[in-house]
Amino acid sequence: MGTPATAPRKNTVRLGDRVFSGLSKGSGIALLVIMAAIAVFLTIRAAIAIAHNEGNFLTTFQWDANASPPVFGIAVLLFGTVVSSVIAMTLAVPVAIGIALFISHYAPRRLAGIIGYVVDLLAAVPSIIYGLWGALFLVPHMTGLFDWLDRFFGWTGIFAYDGTPARSLMTVGILLAIMILPIITSVTREVFKQTPKAHEEAALALGATRWEVIRMTVLPFGRSGIISASMLGLGRALGETMAVATVLSPSFLINASLLESGGGTFAQNIASQFKEAGSMGRDALIASGLVLFVLTLLVNGAARLIIARRKEYSGSL
Amino acid sequence: MAKRIDVTGLTAYYGTHKAIDDISMHVEPMSVTAFIGPSGCGKSTFLRTLNRMHEVTPGGRVEGKVLLDDEDLYGPGVDPVSVRRTVGMVFQRPNPFPTMSIYDNVAAGLRLNGSYRKSELDDIVEKNLRGANLWNEVKDRLNKPGSGLSGGQQQRLCIARATAVEPEVLLMDEPCSALDPISTLAIEDLIGQLKSTFTIVIVTHNMQQAARVSDRTAFFNLAAVGQPGKLIEIGDTDRIFSNPTVRATEDYISGRFG
Repeated sequence: MGTPATAPRKNTVRLGDRVFSGLSKGSGIALLVIMAAIAVFLTIRAAIAIAHNEGNFLTTFQWDANASPPVFGIAVLLFGTVVSSVIAMTLAVPVAIGIALFISHYAPRRLAGIIGYVVDLLAAVPSIIYGLWGALFLVPHMTGLFDWLDRFFGWTGIFAYDGTPARSLMTVGILLAIMILPIITSVTREVFKQTPKAHEEAALALGATRWEVIRMTVLPFGRSGIISASMLGLGRALGETMAVATVLSPSFLINASLLESGGGTFAQNIASQFKEAGSMGRDALIASGLVLFVLTLLVNGAARLIIARRKEYSGSL
Repeated sequence: MAKRIDVTGLTAYYGTHKAIDDISMHVEPMSVTAFIGPSGCGKSTFLRTLNRMHEVTPGGRVEGKVLLDDEDLYGPGVDPVSVRRTVGMVFQRPNPFPTMSIYDNVAAGLRLNGSYRKSELDDIVEKNLRGANLWNEVKDRLNKPGSGLSGGQQQRLCIARATAVEPEVLLMDEPCSALDPISTLAIEDLIGQLKSTFTIVIVTHNMQQAARVSDRTAFFNLAAVGQPGKLIEIGDTDRIFSNPTVRATEDYISGRFG
């Protein structure tokens, strides 16, 4: 009696499974919706501003978005953003890799712990604090370095300096480098620590010195991690607002010299102008924000491409 | 080029824990010496003291003497890096560099030691891959990553990598324990060929393997868990397996251990 033993069991879906799958599906969809909403919002408002723009959006060295007719262009902002971020990356990435290697492979365990903690602490400092420190300490103390650069490399034009307060893209780049150092350091440190012991021992057993072990195993193994960490840092440098706005003395000029005051970045320009902007002015700022958004996407896409190209050698088996 | 190893009064520590106690033995050149014994008896630790890999472990240190012919590996002013260039090592799990091609794996050690012309390097890579009985299987994909090979092939690649720098001694730490029986057989055949060039020391958990490949066998044991491992006896493999002088050896090889 009852059900025969061979009857197929009913395929019950448990409540927990259903809730969880609904939750994760919902989160995934929400993410897409939010991204789409941001993109649509930015595009519509940007289109309005660009349609009314009397200047050339890409090449005009001017930002009079509240005038009628409005005249504005992002040339200076694009230049300032890219240049300050490039300076920051050039300075921060090698130093961050050095600190990370020191923590993961050279320092005695106690010291490594302390340094790691201090680096993480640096990441927790709010950007306005960096901005104040930059404006009040870094700017006056840059003149010595800038004079030196001017004396030896001034002939290149890029490093010419006339002694005015150092509220320039170079100072911004240096400040950004300090700000993105902790995030790059802590991500690369974690990646370096995960290098398989077996690979390091293989290199040691071949008669590799410590540096050769790092070159043969740790760095290649951590390659994609270094790239991802740098992209995280670059993302922060491209979008940094308060610190840049506090240090830079903005102007709508592109200086041949990186040491001369002036210039601007997308985020800094939006922060500085948003309050006084009228409706057209805001739309113009949003248009510039859209360019920053696309720039960040491009940078991330490029990074993914680099990582994917050597996937079979990545070391993640 | 193969050299003789003489060990006297060797004791190794992990921090304050004594892992092996007062081991003395000699290893004949151009022969295969197998280390057998239960887990934790310190045979791998002892093996790693022979190329100064033990001290790489945090807290690892060594007392005693290891002579390679007449050179004391632990003498003052001896660079562990140069020791490891003369005493090569193959590990338990195949560990080719995943970020390098098959070719670059074999050439890795050479590139550390100096610069070679491309044609020289090609010859050395081919010679060592042939020596590891791997050439025919990989000659068409030398530029593919080594991690794409099977476990047995990877281990032979690691052997080619170790022999490419022309060491005097080759240490093998359970080289077949992660491999299937056919790959194991391939490695054992290879060991038989390699001993015409190198002094080989192999750690193994597999007693048939010790009996098959080695000329001399050393049995290690420990009095109890947490006690340091000791060398119980060493002798010709035939003698150890047919007529051991110590009771513990007999118990272990006949499976009556513990």
